Amino acid sequence: MADFSDLLVFTKLDELIKFARKNSLWPMPMGISCCAIEMMAFAGPRFDVSRFGSEAFRFSPRQSDLMIVAGTVTYKMSHVVRKIYDQMPDPKWVIAMGACTSSGGMYRSYSVVQGIDQFIPVDVYVAGCPPRPDNLLKGLMEIQKKIARGEKPGQKEKIYIEETFQV
Amino acid sequence: MNQRIIEKLKTHFADSIISVNEFREELTIVVKKNDIVKVCQFLRDDEELKFDSLRDVCGVDHYRPEERYEVVYNLYSLKNKFRIRLKVRVEENDIHVPSVTCVWESADWAEREAYDMFGILFDNHPDLRRIYMPEGFEYHPLRKEFPLMGIPGSLPLPRKN
Repeated sequence: MADFSDLLVFTKLDELIKFARKNSLWPMPMGISCCAIEMMAFAGPRFDVSRFGSEAFRFSPRQSDLMIVAGTVTYKMSHVVRKIYDQMPDPKWVIAMGACTSSGGMYRSYSVVQGIDQFIPVDVYVAGCPPRPDNLLKGLMEIQKKIARGEKPGQKEKIYIEETFQV
Repeated sequence: MNQRIIEKLKTHFADSIISVNEFREELTIVVKKNDIVKVCQFLRDDEELKFDSLRDVCGVDHYRPEERYEVVYNLYSLKNKFRIRLKVRVEENDIHVPSVTCVWESADWAEREAYDMFGILFDNHPDLRRIYMPEGFEYHPLRKEFPLMGIPGSLPLPRKN
């Protein structure tokens, strides 16, 4: 009989699924305005989100499980964002990227939704106008931690990523 | 160039022009509302002036009892590299302006914007619908009486479950 002890790892099925999910979050790039440029930098070679397994940006909601809402959401657009969120398979996570998405930001006006948490559950809020790509990476890592802890999307406490500056 | 335009307009449309204002070499002409299409047609077709490009149509709300609204036409002549501004004054209780889409096609969307934001009705416009706000919206947001944060409930959000 061969000895398999070097080749086999035993774990719980739950842990294995969590491990797989957290290391291959496929983002749905909901790039609606200038934050989307930083989201592209986050995917590009310098900040390189593929280090965290999320480089596969899917332009179909059916194939993604993390929505990065990057930009100003107007009332007219809110229905589209909600529809795309509804089309994503469970479990699905939402990052509200930037000031506009989280709170309306500088657009304190009749046409802009003052925070997307009014119509979809948000897991991580990333501050900044726009946030630096490394802050968005931190937001992604917080989602990974949530998955590792076994939390359900949009349920437990929200996470707020503060702004950092590169010197 | 300014003097030439004023001269030409004054000979052809002496009755249509309300006032002419020149400030820092920018020419602004206030035209009678019902003659705007005629004046625009002339400015476009005149061989010397050739204002062949309509750059923008804007609305203005002055929030005063008389002549509350204003429509501003920004014209550009590619031949002369020259700009002028035409203005039309609109009463609140008669908020109709003849559309200039028959002169410049580009007036279409610009007039739709002025309709959406100020409720100015452009007669003979081919497709006067809202352009920014959702179709069921009942207000005109750039009017002075419209509150900055909007009217609660006028723009529905999707349900959150």
